[in-house]
Amino acid sequence: MGIKLIKGGMLSSFQDSGRIGYRKDGVVVSGAMDQDALKLGNLLLGNEAGLAGLECTLTGPELLFEGDALIAITGGDLSAEMDGFPVHMWRPVMARKGAVLSFGQAIAGCRAYLCVQGGVNLNPVLGSSSTYLAAGFGGFLGRALKKGDQIAFNQEIPRLPVHMNWGLSPDLYTATDRNIIRVMKGPEFELFREKSIADLFISEFRISMAADRMGYRLEGPILELKVAKEMLSSAVAFGTVQVTAEGSPIVLMADHQTTGGYPRILQVLNVDLGKLAQLRSGALIQFELQDLKQAQGLLISREKEMNQLKQSLTFKYIPHD
Amino acid sequence: MSEKTNFYTLYPLGDSAIVIQFPDQISEDIHQQVRAVSAFLDENSFEGFVEYTPAFSSVTIYYQPWILLYTEIQALLEEMLRELIEDGTRLPETRIEIPVVYGGDYGPDLEFVAAYNQLSTKEVVAIHTSEEYLVYMIGFAPGFPYLGGMNEKIATPRKAQPRTKIAAGAVGIAGRQTGVYPIETPGGWQIIGQSPLSLFDFNREVPALLKAGDRVRFVAISEAEFLNITRKNGN
Repeated sequence: MGIKLIKGGMLSSFQDSGRIGYRKDGVVVSGAMDQDALKLGNLLLGNEAGLAGLECTLTGPELLFEGDALIAITGGDLSAEMDGFPVHMWRPVMARKGAVLSFGQAIAGCRAYLCVQGGVNLNPVLGSSSTYLAAGFGGFLGRALKKGDQIAFNQEIPRLPVHMNWGLSPDLYTATDRNIIRVMKGPEFELFREKSIADLFISEFRISMAADRMGYRLEGPILELKVAKEMLSSAVAFGTVQVTAEGSPIVLMADHQTTGGYPRILQVLNVDLGKLAQLRSGALIQFELQDLKQAQGLLISREKEMNQLKQSLTFKYIPHD
Repeated sequence: MSEKTNFYTLYPLGDSAIVIQFPDQISEDIHQQVRAVSAFLDENSFEGFVEYTPAFSSVTIYYQPWILLYTEIQALLEEMLRELIEDGTRLPETRIEIPVVYGGDYGPDLEFVAAYNQLSTKEVVAIHTSEEYLVYMIGFAPGFPYLGGMNEKIATPRKAQPRTKIAAGAVGIAGRQTGVYPIETPGGWQIIGQSPLSLFDFNREVPALLKAGDRVRFVAISEAEFLNITRKNGN
């Protein structure tokens, strides 16, 4: 029993917490663009937080349930409907055999996550079920889903929570209405001209059409180095903001290459990566500078919140009399 | 480790990574430091450690700040580096031969590389196969080696119009660099030959054929030998 794709959607690929341990071999980490949304989706179902879910982009897929499953939809609001009726997000939902799940307009954000209790049957590659699109491995046959694909559930019979009528309140999730993206200085920050540094925080930057799982190219003031510098390639990370030779910034996203040769002007805080992942081409963002201590403090609090949530959600699946 | 290159600085790359930066240049001495740190991390993981990426003159370590704060990992790495620098043992090196069919359909740009450098195609192959190359780092694509040591006599600029498709195993030259494409990708390198070896195969236990620190030699083979190896590998 599993799901069958009626439509693939724009870009629907399985992603988990990422492929860890192979960066030294040039293998990108991949994984969900909005890690928090994926984690919460899994936790709602009593799954391990990092289990692979289906990342649906802007125009979501349409899929038929060939068996019963407990599912959760999180992340961006892509107007999910089951058999024509709106589906609640951020809570466990029963999908009965024969039900059709479809997506409509993207109302907020641009990436929704479909998690299934127990997960779906994928062959992990190098320890991960994330789809590495450019290299064509991982996830489901190393590619985005298309019409006719069939993916089996790992779990035949859904394990229901003690009560069904509950969910997460959406304000637990980073709001995307104010597009402030918090950043730290990148390693080459000080090499940029004062004017460029001022522009960086005063101006808004627009996410260009060149925005995908590898990175977002931004449009805004040209950023210039004090002195032109030939850089040796070195490591980058999810959220590194590089500046190209023409002076435009690129934010590296989940499928970014492991190393880069452009100056790294900023680094987006880990806690704001999910928010950035939900913004699409045309959106305006503004950078706000934080220091390392603040950044780590925020990340530690987020981790604590997730752990508390995990504990309380596990409790939902334990019968108590 | 020599005195002038064991100087290093530590700095953050965001809230979850720290960089050990050696003097910013491509040199074998600095590469040995990068290797020593990498080898140490392969043997000695610690709580909160996620993984690392070695590069020409740096090693970046990804970590979990809810287990280890920046100040804590900084102290830990300083202690580790002190020990490593005192130790200074030279690590063993793996030597790997990469068979290549040069020219013809396998290396459509060999003639251009020869003409550009006023050499015969035979001379280009002789020069390319005479050097031993050091794998400084892996990056850009899975298993793609940044090789050092190419003879400048065969240096050739990239193609003005990149090809939309370059086959996995293609051997190319770009400026003063040479390399092998591990996966099919677009690219602007001058393609001089084709290797039957797979530089990256996710089905292998160790997916990447090369790792930083390996020494590589290219060996010219005939088309018949190429087909033979390809058949044996089952591609």
